[in-house]
Amino acid sequence: MTPSTIELTPTSEDRRIARHAAAAIVLTVAEAAIPLPLPGVKPGLANIVTLVVLARWGWREAVWVSLLRVLAGSLLLGQFLAPGFFLSLSGALASLLVLGLAMHLPGRWFGPVSHSILAAFAHIGAQLVVARLWLVPHDGVFYLLPVFALAAVVFGLVNGLVAAKLLAELPPPAAGPASANRAGQSPAEADSPER
Amino acid sequence: MRLDVAQWRALLRPGDVVVVVLGLVVCAYAVLSLWQGGAPDGAVVRAGGRVVAEVDLTRERLIEVPGPLGVSVIEIRPGRARVASDPGPRQYCVRQGWLTQAGAVAICAPNQVSLSLTGRAADYDSLNY
Repeated sequence: MTPSTIELTPTSEDRRIARHAAAAIVLTVAEAAIPLPLPGVKPGLANIVTLVVLARWGWREAVWVSLLRVLAGSLLLGQFLAPGFFLSLSGALASLLVLGLAMHLPGRWFGPVSHSILAAFAHIGAQLVVARLWLVPHDGVFYLLPVFALAAVVFGLVNGLVAAKLLAELPPPAAGPASANRAGQSPAEADSPER
Repeated sequence: MRLDVAQWRALLRPGDVVVVVLGLVVCAYAVLSLWQGGAPDGAVVRAGGRVVAEVDLTRERLIEVPGPLGVSVIEIRPGRARVASDPGPRQYCVRQGWLTQAGAVAICAPNQVSLSLTGRAADYDSLNY
């Protein structure tokens, strides 16, 4: 066998991202098996992983995990480059932007539940805008807004609670930017020493 | 694993509760503004294509509209209106009952009479996707 001329050495960070992304992809695929009454109303269980990663490892890794999940999840479900893919992608990007802002809220007051709900609203917002501009060029799409908004609150709350629970139960990372996170500090505060 | 409510509630921080409540307020606001289909504020009665009456839905009244077959009676009540009687053979417009949404229309085709409700949000009369 010809030895490879390029040597790619994954760092521990790479492995961690891959592990988390894999967990998120599993949740995405499992969730696709749940029958749901309306297209677009999904629990978004994979976002639990994003929230945990955000709180423990910071925003950059959360972006990696979330976007890898959207990409690989759509490939696995045969949705890649289909309308559903662009809806997921726009939702994920908007959520990540909002999460990047929300993580700087005071951690004493706002935990993963807040992050989750705010991100869920960003998600439906971006999806509705994309759907309105591109897929259904009619204001009728906004007729479904109340349903999506309620789903965002309910699933945002549930996902946030699960993420908070996981964060409380997981052992603190051996070394990492957010090792002090369990003390109730905000991810933002815990994240800053690395910068 | 037992589902312990108190244990889960401990995971909520004060601001989280505020965010949940705000989210529900957004939902309620969205329902009120998008699903009230516009409460109607007026009714337009046409006969043979011409407007014969334009009334608001604030007080009760009966409007008698003559047509080719006879007289159709439109009944107006606060916030709603209906065709109370019509000489047409199949009575579709009468059986439609009370109209309560802006944009709703009852048409008595044989007698060439129609009743439609107006409102600020009556910019479409059906949705499909």
